[in-house]
Amino acid sequence: MTGSQPGTPFGVARPTSSASGPPLVEVDSLSVSIQVDGSARSILRNVSLTIGRGEALALVGESGSGKSMTAKAIDRLLPAGARQTGSISFDGQDVAKMTGAALRSYRADVAMIFQDPRVAINPVRSIGDFMTEVLRTNTRVRSRVAADRAVKMLARVGIADGQRRLEQYPHELSGGLLQRVMIASSLLTEPRLLLADEPTTALDVSTQAEVIEILNDLRRELGLAVLFITHDLELARTFCDRTAVMYAGEIVEVGDSSAVQEAPLHPYSAGLAAARPRVDRRLARLEAIPGRPLSAVEAPDDACSFAPRCVHRVNECDEGHPELRPLGLGMVRCIRAGGTALTEKDVNHEAHR
Amino acid sequence: MAFLAKRAAILVATILVASFVIFAAMYMAPGKPIGALTGGRSVSPQALEALEQRYRLNEPFLSQYGHWLSNAIRGDLGVSIATKQDVSELIVERAGITLSLVLYAAVLIVVIGIGLGLLAGLRPGWVDTSVVVASSAAAAVPAFLSAIVLTLIFAVTLSWLPALGAGEGVVDRFVHLTLPAISLALSSIAVVARVTRTSIREESRKEHVQTAVSRGLPRRAVIIRHVLRNAAIPITTVTGITIASLIAVSAVVESAFSLNGLGQYLIVSSSSKDLAVVQGISLVLVLAFVLLNVVVDLAYAVLDPRVRLGAKAT
Repeated sequence: MTGSQPGTPFGVARPTSSASGPPLVEVDSLSVSIQVDGSARSILRNVSLTIGRGEALALVGESGSGKSMTAKAIDRLLPAGARQTGSISFDGQDVAKMTGAALRSYRADVAMIFQDPRVAINPVRSIGDFMTEVLRTNTRVRSRVAADRAVKMLARVGIADGQRRLEQYPHELSGGLLQRVMIASSLLTEPRLLLADEPTTALDVSTQAEVIEILNDLRRELGLAVLFITHDLELARTFCDRTAVMYAGEIVEVGDSSAVQEAPLHPYSAGLAAARPRVDRRLARLEAIPGRPLSAVEAPDDACSFAPRCVHRVNECDEGHPELRPLGLGMVRCIRAGGTALTEKDVNHEAHR
Repeated sequence: MAFLAKRAAILVATILVASFVIFAAMYMAPGKPIGALTGGRSVSPQALEALEQRYRLNEPFLSQYGHWLSNAIRGDLGVSIATKQDVSELIVERAGITLSLVLYAAVLIVVIGIGLGLLAGLRPGWVDTSVVVASSAAAAVPAFLSAIVLTLIFAVTLSWLPALGAGEGVVDRFVHLTLPAISLALSSIAVVARVTRTSIREESRKEHVQTAVSRGLPRRAVIIRHVLRNAAIPITTVTGITIASLIAVSAVVESAFSLNGLGQYLIVSSSSKDLAVVQGISLVLVLAFVLLNVVVDLAYAVLDPRVRLGAKAT
């Protein structure tokens, strides 16, 4: 088999809804480092990505690969002392230059949903207080009006008895219900971009599907652009037009979501795809990528970061840091991609040797 | 309502247990109260018997306790062996001084302790460092030592404030109680300041605070409604318990500044084996301590809906 995979929907990129005109978000060569004990530790390395209007982009990778940091950088939520180079622009505006009221209205334009709603929502304030707070404070909407809007939005995420819910406290709601509250309240400010940081990871499996469905419906109805962070390629495919795979603080592959899952270009993406349990195939054992994930700090600047764990490694992999280069319809940061077959089968085979 | 009923039941139980412990401790303490009654003189057996009868000293322990408790519930704490005065009256006479001393110290702790803690928690840098250093030093100073040092500086050397007595009238009382209140409050101010600072720092790092920031709320609103609001829970608890503990420490300070309060009287009566007085004062102090703790619990429930609704805090 050769580089581009036959029988995959590589050529039939799904229509990216209303992605016309300049992209909504443009992240250009973003690098972030934080100070730890006086020395700078790299977290993100040269991350570039775009999200079109109404487009959903998935950011996939293991823990510590820099997915959440990318979202935080976009929402200007990096920890104090973090150093950032490169630029982020939203609707043509330089995000780094925003201050005061402009920054606050930007943050209302960019809603964020967090992994665990039980810690992301203040436990001692009521649901109603949480939901309407931004409207009351920033846009001076009267409490009654804000509450009405909250109830309506709760109905849209499938919570019928909104009025009663507003009087309850977070600990009285289940995780799934609370995540819907989180989603509803993030949409109250009519954002244009949704940063969803593993919004279903902390929920049980049946609730996960519900939450994803709600998010998917709402994003299409409202024409929301989404940056969807997950470690699940399958989930990325059901939810997102395009998928970017991150490893050790940098993007190693970008492409159409189904292509990334079914015909990955980068060995790491292939490993991720193979590591997922499948219902349609019997496997002797679940594949795992050998070795442990590398943090951006440990990643070398003069070699491929993934090389130590890669089954396709050759000497050239250690001789220079690969660039993100176009291949087929996607982009990949691997010198061997395209030249070698990286199907799931091959990866499985190699890993078993 | 269920919460209040439960708290009330716990309150009654605590006081019952405490009263038993107080009575039993005095019963088992070395030395016979009869010695205090006779003042060491030799007394005829008939007179001794009469005294024992009068103070129920010859009855079994549980019966003595029962009598004492049922009287105490009706407000009758017996008669002082030394002065033959009613113990309840003696306590009421002195409670005012102790109460105003503890209140004064409590105000100092709340205003200065929490104030410094807020300052340090919200202003990292030299303000924070100074508060941390000063509070570390102050927290280590026991009340008897601060009493001596404060007296030396402000009463002896500078002659700004009186060192002895409680004063007459409101203003004079206030002036007289200043040094005692400071020495009583000093280490507690330091403790409360540190707890306040730590709570604020911890709360600021919480994820829900980040959520509030991410939603575009102004910094002021984030700090007041999320950081301070949530930090208020541990701060209130620690402040309340610290103030309750002052009730015990007040005895030391009252002695050091010759204040005729409950604490000092407790010490004097203990050394003269004045049983009824010691038991009475101990009971009142325990009652005050337990009541203050109930107030803290109630405040906790008001501040934290998870407690109020009987759910487990996660």
